[in-house]
Amino acid sequence: MKREFKASINRALNDANLTGALGKFSEAYKVNRTKAYEGIDFEELRGRIAEAKSAAACHLDEVAETFRKSAEALGAKVFRTRDPEEVKQYILQVARDNGVQNVVKSKSMATEEIHLNKALVEQGISVAETDLGEWIIQLAGQTPSHMVMPAIHMTKEEVAEIFSKEVDERLDTDIPRLVKVARNELRPKFLAADMGISGANIAVAETGSIVLVTNEGNARLVTTLPRIHVALVGVEKLVEKFETVVPILDALPRSATAQLLTSYVSIISGPTPNDDGSLKDLHIILMDNQRTDMAKDPKFKQALQCIRCGSCLNVCPIFRLVGGHVFGKVYTGGIGTILTAWFDELKKSEEIQGLCIQCGNCTQVCPGKLDIPEMIMEIRRRLVLEKGQPLVQKAIFSVVNNRKLFHGMLRAASVAGKPFTSGKFIRHLPLFLSELTDGRSLPAIADKPFRDLYSGIEQPKGKEKAIFYAGCLIDFAYPETGVALVKLLNKAGIEVVFPEDQTCCGAPALYSGAYEVAAQNAADNIAALLAQDAQYVVSACPTCTVALAHDFAKTLDAVGRTEWLYKAKQLSDKTIDLSTLVKRLVDEGRLSFQEGAELEKITYHDSCHLKRTLKVSEEPRELLRQVGYELEEMFECDMCCGMGGSYSMKLPEISAPILKRKLKNIKDTGVQLVAMDCPGCVLQISGGFDQDGAPVRVKHTAELLAERLKD
Amino acid sequence: MYEQFKARAVGVGAEVHRVGTCSDAVEFVLSFLKQEGVAETPGSYAVWAKGPFLETVGQETLAGVAGLGFEVTRERAAQAKVGISDMSFAVADTGSLVQDQAAADQRLASALTGIHIALVPSANIVPDKASLFSRINPTNSRYIAFITGPSRTADIERVLTIGVHGPERLIILFVDELGGEKR
Repeated sequence: MKREFKASINRALNDANLTGALGKFSEAYKVNRTKAYEGIDFEELRGRIAEAKSAAACHLDEVAETFRKSAEALGAKVFRTRDPEEVKQYILQVARDNGVQNVVKSKSMATEEIHLNKALVEQGISVAETDLGEWIIQLAGQTPSHMVMPAIHMTKEEVAEIFSKEVDERLDTDIPRLVKVARNELRPKFLAADMGISGANIAVAETGSIVLVTNEGNARLVTTLPRIHVALVGVEKLVEKFETVVPILDALPRSATAQLLTSYVSIISGPTPNDDGSLKDLHIILMDNQRTDMAKDPKFKQALQCIRCGSCLNVCPIFRLVGGHVFGKVYTGGIGTILTAWFDELKKSEEIQGLCIQCGNCTQVCPGKLDIPEMIMEIRRRLVLEKGQPLVQKAIFSVVNNRKLFHGMLRAASVAGKPFTSGKFIRHLPLFLSELTDGRSLPAIADKPFRDLYSGIEQPKGKEKAIFYAGCLIDFAYPETGVALVKLLNKAGIEVVFPEDQTCCGAPALYSGAYEVAAQNAADNIAALLAQDAQYVVSACPTCTVALAHDFAKTLDAVGRTEWLYKAKQLSDKTIDLSTLVKRLVDEGRLSFQEGAELEKITYHDSCHLKRTLKVSEEPRELLRQVGYELEEMFECDMCCGMGGSYSMKLPEISAPILKRKLKNIKDTGVQLVAMDCPGCVLQISGGFDQDGAPVRVKHTAELLAERLKD
Repeated sequence: MYEQFKARAVGVGAEVHRVGTCSDAVEFVLSFLKQEGVAETPGSYAVWAKGPFLETVGQETLAGVAGLGFEVTRERAAQAKVGISDMSFAVADTGSLVQDQAAADQRLASALTGIHIALVPSANIVPDKASLFSRINPTNSRYIAFITGPSRTADIERVLTIGVHGPERLIILFVDELGGEKR
């Protein structure tokens, strides 16, 4: 990563105003959004939106043409172009033809995308942004940091400072007073403007309508007072049917700002009379700028289902720490990373794509059903194809692809790590590795990996067998979790088989975009895990489980090794995570725990892959309750702990504050034991508590359950 | 549905009232204008956009009220404290008002003024957007406006602030006597 990028991250992280404001906002947003959606079937709603928008994206050209005809029939002038440059030329021509000197704008990300203001100002036209947030950043000479709340990064003190300069009067930080200043300053501009420029939230092909959704009332004035109205519309805003406006209006305000509906919605269909009796000169520009190419790409077509609500930013653990400007100048956050890669160029996303920790929060709230983490993974893959892997990564992955060498090195690390190890932790690493132990200790590599312990475990021989896929962390750092798993399954009469040839699940390579490496890991593991017949392939690591159950097939397919797909499916069908399997065995009466125990209070941390990919969250909780623990839920129990596999190594400065927040939420419950189902989270959180010093024990659910088996 | 509408509209900062007859409504409006100090001075005008209500009661019954005008120009509306207009429908589940505002005076009266008084037929409350959409048609309504509470922003530090570019008060007056539908 370039120094400049790292520096921008550090600037953001050290901006207490920014992280404070965003942190508070994201916490409030979650509560308010939930409330706004009360009584609404969100899955059904977003299903309808995704279906309608996807249908439009399938034949974008036809839909755009239908829109043009419908709107022109009503008297609007419609201009379609693929080229942002032509958009600017068109608007400047309209301005020249009509002697336009003053423009007022309501908020439009499409105009930000093509830097329209600059083009207008260069021609001597005065431009006033009228959305309060946009006006603030226009006066400050900044760019929006959030697509819905462009000035969310600024404090009232900063706004007061900027406004004071503008009105040449010392203003204090009273927010209603500052808003009044904006009203008074912008009102004459509205009344004097000869051209109003807006965007559109929806464009309806069959009726030629554009829909504007606002709160301040500025879009109503922009589309009413000036005699010319130009609407710049990205073609992703097109829908075929008027009826689709309903679900989008149901979702957009709820997802964007947790409102049932914004103060104003305007559905404009053709020109209307101006107040002097003349007819409005209405121009609608349908802008493509790579969107058609995007729609033709099977991996990215879904991006056109986006309704630009910004909820992916609002729930992102990274965005709330670093804000928008780290991502770039126009679109920010997860969706911004994808749009930048397309509207700008792939190379521009090279650094920012690394900000995504793949926690999947955004996939839960997206009203367009976009899988942003998946698209970011695809960007990573293409970047690696285009630019090759960074040298260090390449060296690491060549080791990971050679199991014997890789495992040999892990064993060596157990010895090499000794000087830095105290108890079960490595607290400080020397030199350039020191960042890795900043705020978090690393686990010491176990003296004996699980693969060496396994042969010493006496097991009942049975008909029913489960293959255990340990994954690197359990095998080499937390073998005790593996031992607990064997104990649990043995109790239910299941014999656990550990194939020695199993190797890394490939997740580190995959999440770095090194698909060839991950595909080789997948093939090696499929061969190893299917070599013996067994009912289940069980894992106590959700990331590994996701690799086996979902990623292997996708990765092999992506690199064209389709001969493996049948076997990948076989493996996927057998794969199960430990909590789900244990719950099933308990429900079937095959496994029981000591009865009547009243154990201490406990809290549970949901791991990203377990909760959001595997959809498992109740099973471990029920099991823990069953053995006698009293569950005390923590705040944001399903928020990422900041581990994210190699993320914590690549961006430790972001990982550390995420972890700190998690530790605080755990401590705030007052309990002294926290359970989780992922050895990666155990690494992160127990390492955090080791440095924090709080007396909280961190345990994998498997171990807590195994302790409570009936003798 | 009225109660649901009222709860939702009040929840977003609107003020909701209901009267039986048109003359009750006139009385309500006139006493409101008086209370707000409407007068024939810039900044204190009131503008009343033509519509079904005025047709029903007759504009002449309101002649001679100081500061009140029925020609809604941008100059007059920009200096008006109060704007009065009809709104055709009320949507109960979001507390929204809806009208075809293709005529510019309807928008000037409800967008440029400090206070907007909306006159709504009580019979035209519909439960939700879906039922509203079966009653509106963009092919013959060129500027369908939804108004939900007063103008608002949270662009400075996410603090909710009322009254940015639009009215800072929205006063909704349901009138039972006004016939429903057909709008």
